[in-house]
Amino acid sequence: MHGWKRSGESPWTYLLLVAILLPFLFPLAWMFMSSLKTQVQNTAYPPVWVFMPTMNNYREVFIKNPFFQFTWNSLVVAAGSTGLALLLGLPASYAIARFRRTGIALAILTARMAPGIAYLIPWFILFTKAKMIDTYTALILTHLIVALPLVLWVMIGFFEDVPAELIEAARIDGCSNFRAFFRVALPLAKPGIVATGILSFIFSWNNFLFSLIIAGFKTRTLPIAVYNFLSYEEINWGGLTAAATIITLPVLILSLFIQKHIVRGLTFGAVKG
Amino acid sequence: MTTMTNETYTGPLPARPGEVKPPSGWSLFIEQHPVLLFTLPAVVVVFVLMVFPVFYTLYMSLHSWFASSLTRPEFIGLQNFKRAFVQDERFRNAIWLTIYFTALATAMQLVLGVSLALLLNRPFRGKGFFRSIFLLPMVATPVAIALVWMMMYNPTLGVMNYLVGLVGLGPYKWASDVRIVIPALAVVDTWEWTPLITLITLAGLATLPLEPYESALIDGATPAQMFWRITLPLLRPTIIVALLFRSIDCLKTFDIIYVMTGGGPGFASETLNVYTFQVGLFYFHIGYASSLLVILFALVLGVSLILIKVRRSAW
Repeated sequence: MHGWKRSGESPWTYLLLVAILLPFLFPLAWMFMSSLKTQVQNTAYPPVWVFMPTMNNYREVFIKNPFFQFTWNSLVVAAGSTGLALLLGLPASYAIARFRRTGIALAILTARMAPGIAYLIPWFILFTKAKMIDTYTALILTHLIVALPLVLWVMIGFFEDVPAELIEAARIDGCSNFRAFFRVALPLAKPGIVATGILSFIFSWNNFLFSLIIAGFKTRTLPIAVYNFLSYEEINWGGLTAAATIITLPVLILSLFIQKHIVRGLTFGAVKG
Repeated sequence: MTTMTNETYTGPLPARPGEVKPPSGWSLFIEQHPVLLFTLPAVVVVFVLMVFPVFYTLYMSLHSWFASSLTRPEFIGLQNFKRAFVQDERFRNAIWLTIYFTALATAMQLVLGVSLALLLNRPFRGKGFFRSIFLLPMVATPVAIALVWMMMYNPTLGVMNYLVGLVGLGPYKWASDVRIVIPALAVVDTWEWTPLITLITLAGLATLPLEPYESALIDGATPAQMFWRITLPLLRPTIIVALLFRSIDCLKTFDIIYVMTGGGPGFASETLNVYTFQVGLFYFHIGYASSLLVILFALVLGVSLILIKVRRSAW
């Protein structure tokens, strides 16, 4: 559109782009820079911009804390909740998209309006009584509260894009509903499934509220570990930002693979709190 | 495609000699009830995970009960709600802060997000690269974001005071100052979510028709007139959808506030969600917390309904 506009590709356009990107990139860049500074450089004022990078903060994070354990916990919970959400959500979203059961989207939107604490409190009480606090099972189930509606919300759209003619053709050739789903719909929706899986993984990886209450020492996930660092003695900014960088980096890299689908996923948002 | 789907044949398959056996027994049942079988597991899990807590919350909101106590919940009718609205200063403070934070944050990201979309709505090479960088704030781990902003906002050694000092402002105490803690937090939320509004608006701009602009050009309209009279009205549904999603999340913002200020200094940033967390999961007053959750949900629902209504009606 806007054919009447002058061509956008002038040097000014690129200057404008840089000017827009800079403020959005700065905090993340600052986090990374601080993780490579010594404590003296981090507490200097005015701030130090040029310095010799050190890896000491990263080394210390792993030596002083069971950081591999935290990372493993985060991985188990994110993979577990994503896997379960896909297992349950894929057939359901396929059926909803194909047989036009509407109203589901509205139900999901309403569920999304409810505060996360409303889901958390009953489960916290139940898990306490069942002595399940600080178990992977409890964490994965609470993370599923976010993951399953997300998978449904995003995958209904992807399955609607699968041409109904192809599935009809498979059915006429004698495919059962099951085979049509596994052999025709699933392969065609594969890019969507990958994107949805990555989104669900990111949401679980980033989750703070549910893990804060349900995770204990054994299953503590990365966000909670970093939050706990904050309350330690004197704040060690280098170590903190190193830990923050370690959490954030995998998510940033994963997000690059799904940038086309990210808006659809994020308008789902999280059941954030 | 629509008609095809509506006429979908889900009954048993005709037998074709020598090719496919007609399904029987269990597989016949699957053939006859595909929707039921495909959705049942998900429906059951959603029901257990999400519907049970909703009813539990509604039930508890009419009771007085501490999770630490050994007695059964005591039915007290609407006492919890009365207490919130009549006696509880901290609740009134929380409601006001929630609305203040949401209004400020959504307004800032809306204006900024739509402006950026209009600036970016032109052809240029490297769009994909730009997009990838631009969406990073949205996916970055909230705890990490909160931590970096805490560091940047630090009154004595933070880089924010240095940056605003370059243009002759400050120094401020940012998140440690009772008067500006909410704007300071709204800036963090704006940093995080402006890209979402920009990307949604850009998608909306790509679908606008050309004809109105052509006739406006012939009529000698100025670019400003075209923006206010054509672009903005046509974009309105898109913008309101973006606003809807952002208000829902802003009203419930938890992570960055809890990590950065814990609701402080004092109660200066204790929004309703943070307060409810304290009541329910710190004091374990489950009954009262549940009634606060019902109020918060009503607030979110109310704002959403207003936005949906605005989307349908004229200005």
